Amino acid sequence: MCTMIVEKVKIDGSGKGASGWFSLEQANISYDHPFNAPMEHTLNIDFVNASQGPSARVAVELSESAARELVRTILAVLDQAEAGGHL
Amino acid sequence: MQYTTDMNEGIHAETVTMLGANGDRINAFLARPLGDGPFPAMVLAHHMPGWDLLYREFTYKFAHHGYVTISPNLYFRAGHGTPEDVAAKMRAEGGVSDDSVVGDLEGAAKYLKALTYANGKIGIFGTCSGGRHAYLAACRTSEFNAAIDCWGGRVVMTPDQLNEKTPVSPLALTKDLSCPLLGIFGNDDTAPSPEQVDQHEAELKKHNKTYEFHRYDGAGHGFFYYTRPAYRQAQAMDGWEKVFAFCEKYLS
Repeated sequence: MCTMIVEKVKIDGSGKGASGWFSLEQANISYDHPFNAPMEHTLNIDFVNASQGPSARVAVELSESAARELVRTILAVLDQAEAGGHL
Repeated sequence: MQYTTDMNEGIHAETVTMLGANGDRINAFLARPLGDGPFPAMVLAHHMPGWDLLYREFTYKFAHHGYVTISPNLYFRAGHGTPEDVAAKMRAEGGVSDDSVVGDLEGAAKYLKALTYANGKIGIFGTCSGGRHAYLAACRTSEFNAAIDCWGGRVVMTPDQLNEKTPVSPLALTKDLSCPLLGIFGNDDTAPSPEQVDQHEAELKKHNKTYEFHRYDGAGHGFFYYTRPAYRQAQAMDGWEKVFAFCEKYLS
């Protein structure tokens, strides 16, 4: 984890972790060594609730291209929802 | 110590409690060869991915080679969960502070020095952030007789990388290095880059420190990690030989 590149953002929603669903209060986004993905560095998102301890975490480790495509896709979906009058 | 098949080997290993930074009680994993000793000892500074299975395996590995070995949980104060979950929490918090780590590693050395079956000579080993921490501990304390930095990133830090948790570049502490240093690096690494390793080496020479640096072609960051694609078999095997030769030289 030697880049130490990390940003945190407050969020609302729910996440499903190892012990089931829990409410989310923060997302931690880093670009650093992954635990599992077979790459040297990945874009990592940890959806967490610190008040419930370190295990309240939903984690993803994405390649750079996957992360960028995910961002584009999330925004496209939100745009569709807005255009459809759902937001 | 060269293992031969006619030896009767035994290792005792368990989680123990020790005093770390600020006198905090933290947990640690201890493995020791069975027998009266006296044995040389090692402190292991785990890497940024946490106090994980790999570091338990490293602890056993050093014990198998004849060292009483302790690996303190440097993330103890972050709470408990799987090593990955705890390490992810620390990642989000920007890592653990240098003062906390040095205090814990110093505490681990004092724990070992109090053991009747230890010979009083202690080395420190770490990989990734643990390599940096091993170097820091060897510069900021006089507890160690040998230090091993495996690809420790951010030993060379620029002013914009300094912060409340890491207020001083370890490079600036080189004049205080209190024991011989072994450095193991991959030439494809970016943290530390070969240029940063050059800077580190120049500083060691400037202060007439005893050191050995071994730099491996075809290897990057973390090339001892057999669970990761970064693993490089030939370089890792040679690196481990260098590690144990260094320990034998300075801790026997």
